[in-house]
Amino acid sequence: MSQSPFVTTVRQHFDAVADCVLQSLLPREAATLNLNAEETLFVRFNNNRVRQNTNVEQIAMGLQLQGAGRTAAMSRTLSGNVEADCAAMLQMLTQCREELAVLPPDPHQVPVENHGSSDETFSGQLLAPDAVVDAVVGPAQGCDMAGLYAAGSIVRANRNSKGQRHWFATQTFFMDYSLYNGSRAVKGSYAGTHWEPAQWAANLAHSKHLLALMDKPLQTVKPGQYRTYLAPRAVADLVGMMGWNALSASAWKQGRSPFKKLADKESRLSTQLYITENFGLGLTPRFNTLGEVSAPAVQLITAGELSTLLISSRTSKEFGLVANGANESEGPRALDMAPGSLEEKDVLQQLGTGLYLSNLHYLNWSDPVSARVTGMTRYACFWVENGEIVGPIKDMRWDESLYDALGDKLLALTTHTAIDPAVDTYYHRALGGSRTPGALIDNFTFTL
Amino acid sequence: MPNFDPQPALRHALQAAQWAGLRYSRESTQTRAVRNDAPEKNDTTLEEGAMCEVLIDGHFGYAATADLSNAGLQRAFDQAIATTRATAGHKVHPFTDVHRAAVQGVYQSPAQKPLATTPLALITDCLLAASKAMAIDAKVVNRSAHAAVIQTHIDYYSSNGTHTTQRFDMVDITVAATAAEGMQSQTRTWTHTGQFGGEVFDVAAFAQQGLRVATEALELLAAPNCPSGTMDLILMPDQMMLQIHESIGHPLELDRILGDERNYAGWSFVQPSDFGSLRYGSPLMHVTFDPTKQNAMASYAFDDGGSPARREFLIEGGVLKRGLGSVESQERSGLPGVANFRSSSWNRAPIDRMANVNLEPGTSALDDMIASVEDGILMSTNRSWSIDDYRNKFQFGCEHGRLIKNGKLAGVVRNPNYRGVTVDFWNRLGAVGKDEATYGTLFCGKGEPSQVIRVGHSSPACLFRGVEVFGGQS
Repeated sequence: MSQSPFVTTVRQHFDAVADCVLQSLLPREAATLNLNAEETLFVRFNNNRVRQNTNVEQIAMGLQLQGAGRTAAMSRTLSGNVEADCAAMLQMLTQCREELAVLPPDPHQVPVENHGSSDETFSGQLLAPDAVVDAVVGPAQGCDMAGLYAAGSIVRANRNSKGQRHWFATQTFFMDYSLYNGSRAVKGSYAGTHWEPAQWAANLAHSKHLLALMDKPLQTVKPGQYRTYLAPRAVADLVGMMGWNALSASAWKQGRSPFKKLADKESRLSTQLYITENFGLGLTPRFNTLGEVSAPAVQLITAGELSTLLISSRTSKEFGLVANGANESEGPRALDMAPGSLEEKDVLQQLGTGLYLSNLHYLNWSDPVSARVTGMTRYACFWVENGEIVGPIKDMRWDESLYDALGDKLLALTTHTAIDPAVDTYYHRALGGSRTPGALIDNFTFTL
Repeated sequence: MPNFDPQPALRHALQAAQWAGLRYSRESTQTRAVRNDAPEKNDTTLEEGAMCEVLIDGHFGYAATADLSNAGLQRAFDQAIATTRATAGHKVHPFTDVHRAAVQGVYQSPAQKPLATTPLALITDCLLAASKAMAIDAKVVNRSAHAAVIQTHIDYYSSNGTHTTQRFDMVDITVAATAAEGMQSQTRTWTHTGQFGGEVFDVAAFAQQGLRVATEALELLAAPNCPSGTMDLILMPDQMMLQIHESIGHPLELDRILGDERNYAGWSFVQPSDFGSLRYGSPLMHVTFDPTKQNAMASYAFDDGGSPARREFLIEGGVLKRGLGSVESQERSGLPGVANFRSSSWNRAPIDRMANVNLEPGTSALDDMIASVEDGILMSTNRSWSIDDYRNKFQFGCEHGRLIKNGKLAGVVRNPNYRGVTVDFWNRLGAVGKDEATYGTLFCGKGEPSQVIRVGHSSPACLFRGVEVFGGQS
């Protein structure tokens, strides 16, 4: 498969501009360069029609300069013109030097080192831009569909003054959507590297089938505690909260981690729980912005006990911990939760009477010290009686501690899992994602 | 002024498009952070590029580029034209160049001292002063101070004669102290966010705020949990900001009401037929969209579609009057709106956003509101926020609570939370303070592709009767 012309051009450009900067360093300086680039077509849909279409081509380069025990960082948009971008980056190098002159020493500075090199480029088969709308809306004819199609190339690259080089480029697409019948809705997502019309049609057909279930009479459920099944995507939402400081070693040391009790072995989670940072999912490169390469898999939680937090080199330096390739924010990039023994066909029977939740919405810590999270139900969520779906529920607010929901209240995890690729598009298209099973939980707490 | 002439590219676009526009944006963000008296972050980001916009067969389409050469801009316009030509047959609504009326004008943030000449050393000194002032007890385990200095230049041009120039100087400051003992920890913060110049970097003021938040974090650490029950609730302006944002701002966005946002942030409980009749809150409730507010974070003269920005009442006497919708949403819905077609940067198309959405001051003194409460709680500073996709059922948490007993402030409580349903809650508004304060945030998320936008919210303290309040587990 041929490489995207954008990727080829960006690679040449990165090398030329990086050479220009690195060759201009003074003897006692060290530098790290990061590149973040994308060429994306976004098409936003409402009611199966196009609301907005936007082509975005962007290249950003970051420079971290170290000198005299100080650290300064700058980044900027690049124009794509080598001469202009070299000049702009050299001007940025000068500004970094000026900042180093007035900054206090950085006691937690992580020295620039050569952590090795890597080179990965993945090509895809994407829809031609002028074919996107017909390909997307055709099979959705007659549906009230809202969502976002995004497709194109994404690049992450890194070099430093010690000779380290990393390159990661991929061509992907996603169609993140929901289907509506009035106010009743189901969520769907189709993502990959090769758009296959038959797969998209099958994906839509599955969502239409779920939407038909939403025709059943609407159920009003009173606040209280209910046996609850969280489908894999809802579990992804719940464990996604672990990326909000819970698994961060720095947050733990700063007294801000909701998993402080877990880290201090004052609490534990269910013995069914195994969570790994698993780069084998192929969702994101293993190198971080310092160019450090994580192990292919880092066991984070083993049988409900913390194996390790995510530890960046800076945190390692500050608190005397051993770094494990985490990025600066110390959040999971490829969270993988191991499956359990509950067969998908048995889910409703094992749930018995209670709530079946396909998706959660707007999660936040409500009591961080207790790792308590609040959020809403969203999309296809049902009241189930005696193993039979009775009907969709009105949205409900829940408020539950992870120590409970993923602790003593966790009854079973499913054998089937689902990959939830990141579809974040703030600033630029994200990489990464998670893989999770479904979870059957006893006495899940609903409050409103 | 941008270092290029947009006119040749606009003329080029007009060979195929009925109308063309170009929004140039250049933004520098300097972020400085100090933690426990040591530098944590010294980072500068420069973003620069242009969004090329075309109208083809009644459909607006976009292409973003950072190549600001004439050839680069023409390539972007060609891309926008090609994609828009392919999508226009499936457009949600037909538009014309009437929806991009020609305007000219300028805007400049009201800085007293230019940010561009504010020394980095002064900013660092302020942050260090705050950090050091928080070192009052070994239990204060984390002392952080952060400042972002943002300078933005936006020029908007169009083929029908628009040229606006807007320059924004913005500052976002956070000083936070975390006190911890055993398994318990509590954080208290001070924020100062808005369109300011270098005048906000005052070493003594930073030290004063550092001392205050550290003292209050220690108080919270020793405090009991917030009680649970239904009681009267006074929200201070730094929590009212969040209450307004989530339960008034977002549900009134016309693009949400039209369904554009359903797949991401959500829909709205507000129906088009509600405008002019829905009793959103008590008669004490007067809410404005005000992009003219001095020093507020989201003040501007024109939105990103060129619409002149004006102050408008959204809710008067508790009755819903107007939505937060741009000319495109107004055209689609037939509802009155505001100038709020805004984008986060050069690489995103504008959508309906909040700007400054404010609760107008009333007549009550804070002391009088407290005196009117027999059994209640006063909460300050947002800590946790969550609301459903229709903007009905919310649950918000605050950093700091003070019990109110028999009309007087009593002890401090930690982990104060409350929950409610939007219209019911606002109809419980029993008193509105007379003294307002203005807060803001850089990070309101919305849209597909997603965008963070800056917003400002002014409000006095407010009293709500009979609200469900609760504390933490620990």
